[in-house]
Amino acid sequence: MLALTEDKRPQPGRDAGPLLSVDEIEVTLFTRAGKLTAVDRLSLEVKSGETLAIVGESGCGKSISALALMGLLPWPPAKLTHGKVVLEDRDLARLSEREMQDVRGKDLAMIFQDPMSSLNPVLTVGEQIVEVIARHDPASRKAMRERALELMRKVKIPDAERRFGDYPHQLSGGMNQRIVIAMAIACQPKLLIADEPTTALDVTIQAQILELMKDLQAETGMGLIIITHDLGVVAETADRVLVMYAGRKVEEGTVDTVFDEPLHPYTRGLMGATPSATDQPHGRLSEIPGSVPALAALPVGCAFNNRCPSAFERCFAERPVLTRPAAGRQVACFAVQQEGA
Amino acid sequence: MRRILLRRFAQIIPLILGVIVLNFALIQMSPGSFLDVMTAEQQVSDPAMIERMRVLYGMDKPVVVQLLKYIWSVMTLDFGYSYRQNETVLAVIGQALPATVILMLASIAIALLIGVLAGVIAAVKVNTIWDNLISVGAVFFFAAPTFWLGIMLMIVFSVRLGWLPVGGMRDIGVDHGVFGDALDVMRHLALPALSLGLFYAAMYTRVMRASMLEVFRHDFVRTARAKGLSGAQVVLRHVFRNALLPVVTLLGLQLGTVLGGSVVIETVFSWPGIGSLMLDSVMSRNYPVVLGVLVLSSLIVAVANALVDIAYFRLDPRIRAR
Ligand SMILES: Nc1ncnc2c1ncn2[C@@H]1O[C@H](COP(=O)(O)OP(=O)(O)OP(=O)(O)O)[C@@H](O)[C@H]1O
Ligand SMILES: [Mg+2]
Repeated sequence: MLALTEDKRPQPGRDAGPLLSVDEIEVTLFTRAGKLTAVDRLSLEVKSGETLAIVGESGCGKSISALALMGLLPWPPAKLTHGKVVLEDRDLARLSEREMQDVRGKDLAMIFQDPMSSLNPVLTVGEQIVEVIARHDPASRKAMRERALELMRKVKIPDAERRFGDYPHQLSGGMNQRIVIAMAIACQPKLLIADEPTTALDVTIQAQILELMKDLQAETGMGLIIITHDLGVVAETADRVLVMYAGRKVEEGTVDTVFDEPLHPYTRGLMGATPSATDQPHGRLSEIPGSVPALAALPVGCAFNNRCPSAFERCFAERPVLTRPAAGRQVACFAVQQEGA
Repeated sequence: MRRILLRRFAQIIPLILGVIVLNFALIQMSPGSFLDVMTAEQQVSDPAMIERMRVLYGMDKPVVVQLLKYIWSVMTLDFGYSYRQNETVLAVIGQALPATVILMLASIAIALLIGVLAGVIAAVKVNTIWDNLISVGAVFFFAAPTFWLGIMLMIVFSVRLGWLPVGGMRDIGVDHGVFGDALDVMRHLALPALSLGLFYAAMYTRVMRASMLEVFRHDFVRTARAKGLSGAQVVLRHVFRNALLPVVTLLGLQLGTVLGGSVVIETVFSWPGIGSLMLDSVMSRNYPVVLGVLVLSSLIVAVANALVDIAYFRLDPRIRAR
């Protein structure tokens, strides 16, 4: 395995092929009430060194999608029922659980929302970092400890030596999230998925954690998927943004184009009155009247039709499919299609 | 840490004082005294003689004085004299105590081993046939009265199959040597320890299962899986230790009832422990022994409780920090 300093990773932008290519994944919830589609034919791509942000209101299926990529869907009730998750040249969806365990934490890592509950309360933070190294790249105890300390310094934990033996409850939320990040990057993953990595933290700490993630990405060239509610986070960190609604992708494009000219009425709603969320760095998604429909009660036609200011008859009859109004841009909306025609 | 230990053990003193006062009062309130039994057994009917004995044993003094005298002597480890066995109470209890301690330890070991193991299996294989079988077993052993279970085990394994002895602690009049003696005691111990241990095993099975399932839902379990750990590693390293905490708490709370249960089981299996001694002493109104057993057993329970607290302390760093 590589030493931390050695860098054999592809540099951002150097190779054009996608690192991760997700093709039409579908996640079905097998509930007592019947089968529900939590993620409906979602496709996305991430290149090395690139950051993709996934945004959408609560319950849109962002976390479920991320867990599907990791092969960590909670069964029962959730199961990946269709699609491919190709990381470099392997379809992860076809791997056995045993093979997937070798991928998780090594090629593909994930960090979760609440750092306090993401760490085991009865193990020291140092032990928890060593555990990942021991799993994928075992060495002598002393060497692994050294590497864990090096990682702790890398994620800017002051006094790493002393913190190594601390338990999670002895550290602040921000410090714990740094530990979680250290664990995630321990084996130099090719892709890191961060599910609302800063939501549970203080605003000042949020910026530090995001900066740390960007620095680490610049250094290692890993691909990054950031799931967030926060358009400020998108503007600061992401190259491209994918907007989800009720388990489907409704819009995708580079951050610049989507922020300059949001096409889907839902995206426009998320951005509220301010055309550019960069004016309002940490603004939450603005309120759109109504709420996300329950999966069991999706309306006929476009799932957004009951809240959409531009909805017309067709939106209540058919589901819009994704169209490409420009290169690298996708949107699923009849109103947009009509305008463009 | 040392301060907390000291504090924990200091709490035992008022507890023991309370036990003494309470039991002393109970005995004073109960009808009849050992004098009645003794004079009846030895057919003494001369009132002057009886009166002299009352003075001799200090029973003419006011109750409060008797109590204070008793507390004072307990503090000097003098629990009085047993007229029945013609030995000091301490010596009488000392002879019976090891048997009870062995029985308790064996029962707790069985309860923890079976309970924790079955609980883990039930949780890992939740809602399968294994889980159901374990649940049914747990309900059965939880509901079965220990004395009934003891008698059933005795009928099957001792009377019918003849594999194990019916009662007692050792074969009488056989010299096995040290190693052989230990084996002999273990053969005698098996059934009483099982009868008592299975009840608690059933309880720990249920608690461990529920606790494991609860811990499985925690976020850190998902983190552990995201690290690429196998299912077994997740269970052993992350779920198990967290799930064990409620079982340890329960164990601490139940040490007293384990002792109580051993009294019953000792009687069923003629196990020569303080349970048998207690029964015999109550029957003969041998109050110094009764009182001594109560005081000493509460001392044992209190100390064991403190030890369990310390174990908890080691298991849960969040408590350690306080
Ligand atoms: N274990 C589960 N059982 C049943 N339904 C579930 C389960 N987990 C998620 N869902 C449903 O799947 C949908 C998507 O949930 P998901 O957690 O992916 O949302 P999200 O976009 O991450 O929301 P948030 O922003 O609140 O994290 C929701 O409608 C949710 O109710
Ligand atoms: Mg989520």
